[in-house]
Amino acid sequence: MTIPREHYLQAVFPTPFHPRTSAANTLNAWHRWRDYTVADAYFDVALEYTALRNACTVFDLSPMTKHLVTGPDALAFMNRLVTRDVAKLKPGRVGYTVWCDDAGQVVDDGTIFHLRDHVYRLCSQERQLDWLLGSALGFDVSITEETHDVAALALQGPTSCAVLKRLGLAGIETLAPFGIRGYAFEGGDLTVSRTGFTGDLGYELWIDPELAVPLWDRLFDVGRVVGVKPMGTFALEMSRIEAGFIQAGVDFLPADRAIRADRTRSPFELDLEWLVDFKKGPFTGRRALLEEKARGSRYRLVKLDVEGNKPAKDAFIYDRRRRNIGVVTSSMWSPAAKSNIALASVQMPYGTPGDELWAEIYYQKELKWSRFMARCTVVEGAFYNPPRRRVQPAADC
Amino acid sequence: MTRYDVIVVGAGHNGLTTAAFLAKAGLKVLVLERNPWIGGAAVSRELHPGWIYSNCSYVCSLLRPEIYRGLDLARHGLSIAPYGGGLTFTRDGDYIGGFADKDVRRREYARHNERDADAYLRYSRDTMRQCRFIRSLLLRTPPDPTSLKIRDLREMLHLGREFAKLGETTMGDTLRFYSMSIADYLGEYFESDIVKAHHAGSGIIGTALGVHSPGTAYVLLHHYMGDVDGQVGSWGFARGGMGAVSNAIAGALQSFGGEIRADASVARILVRHGQASGVALSNGDEIYADTVISSLDPKRTFLKLMDAGDLGPDIVRKAREFKSRGSSGKLNIALDGVPTFPAMGRGNPLIAGDMHFLDTLARFERAYDDWKAGTWSKDPYLDLLIPSLTDPTMAPPGKHFMSVFVQYVPHQIEGRAWTEADRAAFRETVFDQISRYSPDFRKLVLHAEVRTPQELDQEVGLTEGNIFQGELTFDQLFFNRPFPGFAQYRGPVRGLWLCGSATHPGGGVMAAPGANAAREILRHLRRPSSVPEGWSDD
Repeated sequence: MTIPREHYLQAVFPTPFHPRTSAANTLNAWHRWRDYTVADAYFDVALEYTALRNACTVFDLSPMTKHLVTGPDALAFMNRLVTRDVAKLKPGRVGYTVWCDDAGQVVDDGTIFHLRDHVYRLCSQERQLDWLLGSALGFDVSITEETHDVAALALQGPTSCAVLKRLGLAGIETLAPFGIRGYAFEGGDLTVSRTGFTGDLGYELWIDPELAVPLWDRLFDVGRVVGVKPMGTFALEMSRIEAGFIQAGVDFLPADRAIRADRTRSPFELDLEWLVDFKKGPFTGRRALLEEKARGSRYRLVKLDVEGNKPAKDAFIYDRRRRNIGVVTSSMWSPAAKSNIALASVQMPYGTPGDELWAEIYYQKELKWSRFMARCTVVEGAFYNPPRRRVQPAADC
Repeated sequence: MTRYDVIVVGAGHNGLTTAAFLAKAGLKVLVLERNPWIGGAAVSRELHPGWIYSNCSYVCSLLRPEIYRGLDLARHGLSIAPYGGGLTFTRDGDYIGGFADKDVRRREYARHNERDADAYLRYSRDTMRQCRFIRSLLLRTPPDPTSLKIRDLREMLHLGREFAKLGETTMGDTLRFYSMSIADYLGEYFESDIVKAHHAGSGIIGTALGVHSPGTAYVLLHHYMGDVDGQVGSWGFARGGMGAVSNAIAGALQSFGGEIRADASVARILVRHGQASGVALSNGDEIYADTVISSLDPKRTFLKLMDAGDLGPDIVRKAREFKSRGSSGKLNIALDGVPTFPAMGRGNPLIAGDMHFLDTLARFERAYDDWKAGTWSKDPYLDLLIPSLTDPTMAPPGKHFMSVFVQYVPHQIEGRAWTEADRAAFRETVFDQISRYSPDFRKLVLHAEVRTPQELDQEVGLTEGNIFQGELTFDQLFFNRPFPGFAQYRGPVRGLWLCGSATHPGGGVMAAPGANAAREILRHLRRPSSVPEGWSDD
């Protein structure tokens, strides 16, 4: 993207879908996502969430940071960069990963799209060009940021596959979770991945910004009968907590943004040990992570089922002797799981299943504030994990 | 004849700050000022009818918020208006803008170099890590590292703890940082010369060193560690000019019963039996007090106002060797309107920010070469602002005040005093540089005041015109400021104290030296402290 000299006259951009998202945004509720304006909500957060879990929703994720990594050493570079073994990620597959600094602290998390041989797309929360280019020394790769060149929509929910079928994407139901497939769309290329941030059956659609509006229109044309609705960030946030997904800047601080030394987290401390592959060869942070594995971690990220129905927003976590041992990073009442859920970072060795933990919850009813200590149970796995998320072929609803 | 508990020599912002805290603690305080006005280098002066010039210091960020609050300066009329960002013009008709909005800034840097746009975050983070460490030391008295006194040991322990909090990587970086050049530091983050040049100015402002000289990285920190209402690194204008800072502190002082006498030049600090006993004015009057505090730099205090015999050769030698080289000048300009800078494009908010004109590090270094050769830079570094765009009290409606800081400018021209012809030629150098980027600038000029280090020395009392009352190099910082063994504000004679920017933590209109000195003096007098403790960044 060429940046015009007078770019400052428009500090925040509309996304390629803005002509449609702005028309749909009956609440006129917006916030900034890096360079772009995106919707908080379109008509009602609770109803948008309901549409996600019962029919399907469209979420504009165009502002997501995207980098394209290509070249003969693309695989070797990716394997040097991230903690998991990218060699196992075949062309046409997507993998969630984290990458670390030399101290083994998580710089960011994101998804690797192995688009074809020697071509990877890395989606991340933060801008990473400086980090990626710094990591690429000695590798024959080309790295470019392509955030502005690719428009993206997340189509998520039980009827999402049905919508894509109606759109004419032949055989889409056979696309496995974390699979990628290309389709023709109005003279251009539409890339579909069975991925998402909602923990539900769902797809992400990647397209040339020129075709963004036609894609939106077609999705709503064919999807209306199966209940497709636009969804904003607030409802997405609910679904990602239910799925147990962490968010950079919320559940952990990206290591290359940390001013205070002890604020960062390792993959082990984010319950992401499964992403760390010591057998694959050298990668940034490996030595520190091996040391940590031998020595033990400082923190643990836990999923908590919190007693009662008051969300444990920003609550301190205590042990049985009322010692402060951690803090809640994300929390909500889960409509899907019908439980009061939270993600929390606690000091080791706390947070094993069966531990007695307490959350200090402040809440108000009609401006009267109350405080109480809620017992928390450590749970494993996603809070909400419907079978339709994984089932193959994907169901129509 | 009235007797005072305390006499403060010099009504600059630090002298006034020390005086205000001592008066607040109940002492009877007199501040003596040589000029008919107060403020030292934090001053607003109407030198062209209808225009207010901040004719020395011109922007505010480092003024400690604890002091702002502790002296109730808002109630005494001080208001700081932040301004957003700055830019550097390039010789090819373009510019690079450090916009206040972080996404716009990133996009702007990306227009010049995509990687540097991202690297800026890493640069900011590392610079902030250094700031956080130094900020924790600003409102504390430096320990004497050679002393075994409990208090010094405790303070060393505090320093060690703060240092350890940085973590392994930053500790390593810190040890390198203080001896690095700004060019080397920027080189660790940026590849584009334009981006480096845009950030390099902060490393050499007010400093007689070049961008490649070791020690200039620290000077950058000195321009980054302040804040406006908690926004670290942000700068602002004092409404009504920088004199508003001094006037507000003077207001606080007077509200506590302190007195200020202007037009009262101190000729000597009196010492009797090894104890400071008062001052003699140049009109022959003597005023007595058991505590005499000099807000002047050590050269003026020890070499001009005191007898070598009262001090001993060691102090005299240290004062002579103290580095206080003048390296900057200023033009204060009354304008008939806002000059246009075509490179900026229409509606650019940076017109209200600071503007710079050196787009390569090589030009910075050549500018320094001129200074070394004993003349002003023929292609100087300017820090140009139009404060009246933010603060309408500075000029009549539709008219504007332009403040142009100029680096490098020597104290003397090839070893001799500045002449009127030199000053006119110096003004033309600066006008020429501005005019290259603003074709209509010259015809808008209604009046211009030229300030060289010579005026800063003779009028303001900054020896050789050093704006920080002494170079901010590591050999003169923290427990070495102004000299080893004298960093705790206590002078070499009983009852004599120092409180100016030549003491820790240095210049920049922080008021921290003044506050720290007051704390030490009250402690010595066994009185409860009226000086606030520093606020934590954690």
